[in-house]
Amino acid sequence: MDFNFTEDEQMIIDAVHEIGQEEFEPRASEVAELGEFPWENIEILREMDLFGIPVPEEYGGLEMGFLLWGVVGELLSRYCSTTGSVFGAHMLCQYPIMAFGTDEQKDKYLRPLTSGEHIGAFGLTEPNAGSDAGSVATKAELRGDKYILNGTKIFISNGGVAETYVVIANLDPSKGTRGLTAFIVEKGMPGFEFGKNEKKMGWDALPNRELIFQDCEVPVENVLYKPGRGFRVAMDTLGVGRLGMAVGAVGLAQAAFDAAIVYAQQREQFGQKISEFQAIQFKLADMATEIEISRLMYQKAAWLKDQGESFEKEAAMAKLYSSEMVSRVTSDAVQIHGGVGYTREFPVERYMREAKLFEIVEGTSEIQRGIIANRLLREYRI
Amino acid sequence: MNIIVCIKQVPDTSEVSIDPETNTIVREGVPAIINPFDENAIEQAVQMVEEHGGKVTVLSMGPPQAEAALREALAMGADEAILVSDRCFAASDTLATSYVLSTAIREIGDYDLIFCGKQAFDGDTAQVPPGIAEHLGIPQVTFAIGIEVDGRKVRVRRLLEDEFETVEVKMPALISVVKQINEPRRPGIKAKLAAKKKEVKVWDASCIDADACLCGFDGSPTRVVRTFAPSRNTEGKKYEGEPKEVATAVVEALIAEKII
Repeated sequence: MDFNFTEDEQMIIDAVHEIGQEEFEPRASEVAELGEFPWENIEILREMDLFGIPVPEEYGGLEMGFLLWGVVGELLSRYCSTTGSVFGAHMLCQYPIMAFGTDEQKDKYLRPLTSGEHIGAFGLTEPNAGSDAGSVATKAELRGDKYILNGTKIFISNGGVAETYVVIANLDPSKGTRGLTAFIVEKGMPGFEFGKNEKKMGWDALPNRELIFQDCEVPVENVLYKPGRGFRVAMDTLGVGRLGMAVGAVGLAQAAFDAAIVYAQQREQFGQKISEFQAIQFKLADMATEIEISRLMYQKAAWLKDQGESFEKEAAMAKLYSSEMVSRVTSDAVQIHGGVGYTREFPVERYMREAKLFEIVEGTSEIQRGIIANRLLREYRI
Repeated sequence: MNIIVCIKQVPDTSEVSIDPETNTIVREGVPAIINPFDENAIEQAVQMVEEHGGKVTVLSMGPPQAEAALREALAMGADEAILVSDRCFAASDTLATSYVLSTAIREIGDYDLIFCGKQAFDGDTAQVPPGIAEHLGIPQVTFAIGIEVDGRKVRVRRLLEDEFETVEVKMPALISVVKQINEPRRPGIKAKLAAKKKEVKVWDASCIDADACLCGFDGSPTRVVRTFAPSRNTEGKKYEGEPKEVATAVVEALIAEKII
């Protein structure tokens, strides 16, 4: 076991720290407040080649694995949570094409996603199919050399700004998960429109839009993997998605901790800095400890993935723990700030609003516990 | 077209402070960067070679750690990098530095243009670029804000205090650039990784046939008598009243002080 990064990895991590502090952090609150997609930041990620960290060099990537992808994602989320989430949601489109795509599909779609020329999104969720993927009602019907898609996806991250979408539809709803099929859909394909952008409790700059398919024609060569095998594509993608959520939660929690430990050393009450009170010290110690646990968890899961080992249970554990952790840590960060922490003058109230999402997306905490328990019962079958 | 860009590694001045006790620059823990004006020179050279073909060679005189600055230049798109480094170059003033760089340039030989940043952020003298041109006996154009190539001629737009000046010069020539000339690119990770694998040649005094008497302390007529942080005079005078009266009073005061 080796906790050191290679020289090349460290160079990339340092570069992301620098750009995060110089370019992302100063604008993060403004980005969230204005609710405008952070194109400037995305342009910087493109220039820096950061959209292709785990992608093979053959397709323009750095081929440096999911562990480094996670560490970079954590830093992006720390310095600008919106940018970190765009980076994470992008992978949900890039990964299934990388893992399941044909050479032609990779050439056509993975390459521009890796250079960052195109942004990607993943469309699974529907009004009646969130945690329960088998209930996907978006229908796909084969007509000649095309599939005709009909239905609506909701809450799709990067929806509207993305050029490439991996969409899960059902060939035969009566077959449940065995009818699911993954399609690569391009923005602008006839019959593919965007619906409303949800107004949320936080994350105003991150688009979560409806994808509306009305007799949308998708060529047969855009089926990802095999017809009827979309459940496998979706589940594998969600594994990486959980990893991404753990990464984002750790980044956001670190941002909240960074703010709290600075403020605690500035604020004076009863003639001393509040950081000298044990009540505050214990909070800070607990926050940092929980962040460290969560970081180790996502790094272990990512490392397993990079070794080609099963990582689903570990990713689910990392997602579960860190998403509940970030709610506690951001709430404590507001508590340490006291009254001003509740105002919009300080970023911690936003962190607290943003944190809640992690317990809900990419499988709620309840679903994660189910996944973990399922795996455990299989491992310990008597 | 072959362009040589002379660069200097400097302490990041945005993070430098002066020790009030000793009046020297506090260098501990201060990151080293490429002199910002030199980044503009590199960018200009890379753009011009992208347009006209040829190659960009970056050259620096400095201690072994200046290699990092040269690698950064390679990541920005330079083709080759040379570090001239020798103990006998230490303590060179601007005259000795320009001598050493000019001998290295003679050793490189084949060049059409030499680019420099207008001055270094740490020393702020702006003397090295003209010094190099004099040692080489080639024309120099300083403070360039625009460069246009026309056959063997170069048209250079200079940024002067109150005006622009356009001059024409024949190659080979030395041009120093101002920061307004371009926006230096931010090298991507791929370029940085590739730059790590490239060779940075290291030349000592014997490689460039440098005369030891003209290098380092011996070759430097400049003597630093004292360094100090300038005292800041924050005392000001405020004029209040009607704009016309205030303007008259200010003009009178400036005349009285012999400023205008």
